[in-house]
Amino acid sequence: MVEELLDKATKTAEVAEVLFHESTELPISFEANRMKSINARESSGMALRIIKDGRIGLGYSTKLSEPGDLDALVESAVESAQFGAEAKFTLPSTYTTNGVTIFDPAVEGLTLDDLVALGTEALDLLRNHDKEFLCDVGASKRVSNVRLFNSHGGGTEYRKSVVSLGASINLTRGEDLLDVWHYAVSCRAELEPQAVAQRIIRRVEDARHQGSVRTKHMPVLFTPQGLGSALMLPLRQAFNGKTVLQGASPLGERLGEQVFDEKLTIYDDGTIDHAVGSSPTDDEGIPLQRRALIENGYIRTFIYDLQTAGLAGAEPTGNGERSPNSLPAPGYHNGVVAPGSGGSLDDLIGGVDEGIVVEYAMGASMGNLFSGDFSGNVHLGYKIENGKLAGRVKDTMVAGNAYAALKNIAAIGSEPEWAGGSFYAPPILVADLSVSTREG
Amino acid sequence: MRERIEEALKQHTADYVEIRIEETKSTGITYRGKDLEEVGTTTQLGGNVRAAVNGGWGFVSFNRIADLREKVSQAVSQARLVGNEKTELVEVPPVQDVVHVAMQRDPWQVPLAEKKRLMDSYVEEIWRTPKIQTSTVGYGDGYRKQYYANSTGTYIEQERGRVTARFGVVARDNGNVQQSRAGFASSEDYSVVEGRHADVREAAEKAVAMLDAQPPKGGEFMVILDSTLAGVFAHEAFGHLSEADHVYENDKLREIMVLGRTFGGNFLNITDSGQVPGLTGSFAYDDEGVPTGKQYLIREGELVGRLHSRETAGKMNEAPTGNARAQSYSVPPLVRMRNTAIEPGETPLEDMLAEVKDGVYCKNWYGGQTSMEMFTFSCMEAYAIRDGKLAEPLRGVNLSGNVFTTLENIVAVGNDFAWDPAGGTCGKGGQSAPVGDGSPHVLISKCLVGGQ
Repeated sequence: MVEELLDKATKTAEVAEVLFHESTELPISFEANRMKSINARESSGMALRIIKDGRIGLGYSTKLSEPGDLDALVESAVESAQFGAEAKFTLPSTYTTNGVTIFDPAVEGLTLDDLVALGTEALDLLRNHDKEFLCDVGASKRVSNVRLFNSHGGGTEYRKSVVSLGASINLTRGEDLLDVWHYAVSCRAELEPQAVAQRIIRRVEDARHQGSVRTKHMPVLFTPQGLGSALMLPLRQAFNGKTVLQGASPLGERLGEQVFDEKLTIYDDGTIDHAVGSSPTDDEGIPLQRRALIENGYIRTFIYDLQTAGLAGAEPTGNGERSPNSLPAPGYHNGVVAPGSGGSLDDLIGGVDEGIVVEYAMGASMGNLFSGDFSGNVHLGYKIENGKLAGRVKDTMVAGNAYAALKNIAAIGSEPEWAGGSFYAPPILVADLSVSTREG
Repeated sequence: MRERIEEALKQHTADYVEIRIEETKSTGITYRGKDLEEVGTTTQLGGNVRAAVNGGWGFVSFNRIADLREKVSQAVSQARLVGNEKTELVEVPPVQDVVHVAMQRDPWQVPLAEKKRLMDSYVEEIWRTPKIQTSTVGYGDGYRKQYYANSTGTYIEQERGRVTARFGVVARDNGNVQQSRAGFASSEDYSVVEGRHADVREAAEKAVAMLDAQPPKGGEFMVILDSTLAGVFAHEAFGHLSEADHVYENDKLREIMVLGRTFGGNFLNITDSGQVPGLTGSFAYDDEGVPTGKQYLIREGELVGRLHSRETAGKMNEAPTGNARAQSYSVPPLVRMRNTAIEPGETPLEDMLAEVKDGVYCKNWYGGQTSMEMFTFSCMEAYAIRDGKLAEPLRGVNLSGNVFTTLENIVAVGNDFAWDPAGGTCGKGGQSAPVGDGSPHVLISKCLVGGQ
């Protein structure tokens, strides 16, 4: 069907590219301590991108089984090309792979019973720790097949397997609500319910007692999850080639300059085996790579898809990502913060006289991402007093500027871990941030 | 389609089965800066079967509409594996209905070239303002036809429409970067996106004006929210707590959210309606075939209702409200808001301002988030208030607080109600849904402002 569509499209367009995806997914969920649902989702669709009279056209359809469906898809791409942007790129003419492993037959082989067992084990571990926990658990496997071909003879074809296990607990005391969650995901059948449950239990125990905090400036220790929720979004925006091209990135004219603390090195890496952000090529057929965005505080590269790179006169970086019904745009694979020499999370806590730990900052991503100003409610965080955790902080906001914060790093931990599926980072201790709280 | 669906629903062995099949067509035009970035159309066809057996759910979704009967038995056997209790769904009288979308000015009759010309003119309007660094302009329209049937005898064919235009503007002066946005949405009228040049210009000028703003000092302040931001507050801070799926299996939250409890002053009324003409959160039947209506959540300060699916209403022994919504055929419905509002009160804005010695006037928003009892949202535009008068502009103002205390702290509700013309998109459980938010100005005696 991919070849047929490519043939049809090249009858009217100079260049055509077809992205076919199909996936099967088996998510099961437990709600309020009980198994709740089993879902089975099958999906498939085809995106057609063409260049006609030098302009880009696009169509996407999941309606592919009737006669005439492919012709309708070609027509919609041709119609949009009349108004489309002028193409500034050449599609690759080679069929490529970077050798990364993202498929595990053992994931494909996971049965419904296996997933139920994974979820049940996580649930039992949490419930056995505290009968008051109200637990939701989700376990899922997905196998997807991607075929990407263009009329220059380039492209790729790969399978990806993903298994995930997530759990959250709610603990309600009077009007005090505590929600704690953890999510693990991999392309390999290697998830451990024990690890997920332990992660949650440690956070609950650290938050069980109330700490007290005053409105003032203090050191703030971001766990990997806290870092992702509070400080990374402005950077994701600023390193995006489109933001740079439009002149809206505060880093746009600072390539090669030192902007951040010399301890900070961040990569975008699409070549990590079994990581969900990895794949052989991007959604335009350019092989994924490992690239330093920030190296010892210096700005090293921005990320580009083909068209954006063409417009900017930059090298494509293999970051052309797309949701199937839209054109490729710069997108990240796995964000990797290089470990520092600050030791474990406990070591970092031990070095702080008065400060807070931020596990998750709610709403920090909603601010003005361009300026880097952020301000988030500490949804889950703890007070540090004399090098020890001293209870949960509530009704507290942490605010500042992401650029200023990452220029003023007191220490970076030595032990990175995955937060969510595609961010791998150690904890980072920011020397001084504003913390505000409700008085009295 | 009706025959195929109803045939597939015969002879199952589940407590409840429903089939939902959808055809959608959508158009998108986006600009980044002065340049057109993307024009494209998407066609989707897909469906699902959802079944309940002994309190457990099975759900099967697909793009190929074939062998529906087999899909029914797959969903039923999945549900049977899960269920070991009782299926409790509220009784809803069966409905047979066909709902056409009543377009006043139909976006599908407007040629793509004309839509593009209109958006081109907005892009030009934005770029007439000095100090604009970049902008995004997005046009979208969508049409959805849904075929829905369930084992209680309901069969509904329902069309829905949507047309939106969204504008984001970024202004820059050296390292100082500020942004602003505007948007317009309708379920039935292309003309809401026409003739918006003055609004677009105002958004561009606001972004530039915010370049001169200062960050706020952190702490607790008296704040006035404009209607758009107060509408988001109603959605984020109270609407989500009213979604019964959070409540029905959480005994402690049930105690907190007990009907009859007082949450605010007797001037406070909060509602959620699926029936406001033209808003993108409106529809005749939800994705479980339940008719929508207007539901009071808070009436005169007292909790009087909440938002339900068939299951949460059944388990809590309350009346159905028609709040089960799915983003698409590929996912099961969740309990979601529709158009959520703080109903108008009696206080003029000038009387509110006169109350404030040292506070913040907050307008419009970038986003909002909630974790049940705690909420946070960010203001697009804000001004200090001193001695009852608007003073200097503030940037990066984020408000945060505890829902229950903040509701108690609402001391006045304005007489100037408005829906947010941009419409909103709400995310929950990985699904997004178009919603409406509305309110008059409200005065809050104490609210936490994140500052530097």
